[in-house]
Amino acid sequence: MTETVATTRTLTIERELPHPPEKVWRALTESSLIQEWLMGNDFEPQVGHRFKFRSTPVPNWDGVIDSQVLVVEPVSRLSYSWGTIGMESVVTWTLTPTAGGTHVRMEHSGFPSEESAAYKGAKYGWTNFIGKLENVVGGLD
Amino acid sequence: MQVVESNIFKALADPTRRAIFERLTRQGEQTVHALTGSFHVSQPAISKHLTVLKRAKLVRHRREGRETHYTARPRSLAPLADWMSRYGAFWNERLDRLENLLERMDK
Repeated sequence: MTETVATTRTLTIERELPHPPEKVWRALTESSLIQEWLMGNDFEPQVGHRFKFRSTPVPNWDGVIDSQVLVVEPVSRLSYSWGTIGMESVVTWTLTPTAGGTHVRMEHSGFPSEESAAYKGAKYGWTNFIGKLENVVGGLD
Repeated sequence: MQVVESNIFKALADPTRRAIFERLTRQGEQTVHALTGSFHVSQPAISKHLTVLKRAKLVRHRREGRETHYTARPRSLAPLADWMSRYGAFWNERLDRLENLLERMDK
């Protein structure tokens, strides 16, 4: 379910859905439908559009996820940034038609390289670090 | 997303502090003196960085004579590693909801 890419971690989930890609695409890109399965939002399927996901606030977190649309390739690929306290990451959806419907791949990853994190500045500088965490923590005990 | 992680994030946001921590993780215990020599920054600056790391519980120290020795505490990174498992559970649950929604869209 998970894999390591470069110096950062990527969470990957794949599912086979018995529905046509066009329908899955609608569920991923229409604000009112997104709200039904993911979170309240002001999403628009336009590259560059800044929006927020809103979930229930918990102590120390207001429940807001700051996002920006990065990629919109209709019925095939959708990507947006996913920013919470101390963490800047990217969510990418890839749809592939299959005989029985749609193969959905969801990737949630941090920044891909030293360069990009350095570019983003110290605020996000630690993101590279997260890729090394598993090794460090895995080496315990 | 929680306060303990937030402290770790802040401590590791600085590239020098991150480098100090990585060095301690890889090479084991180091004196402030040795660290100062490695990083080409002043000793007060190194000490300040070490204090921030100490507050985040990422390092611990012991005094021996006139030297202070620092050691990494990699276990304190565990909350960050939980990030993966938390989001794994989160997205699987949301994808279940997506599948339910797709069923309802048929009607």
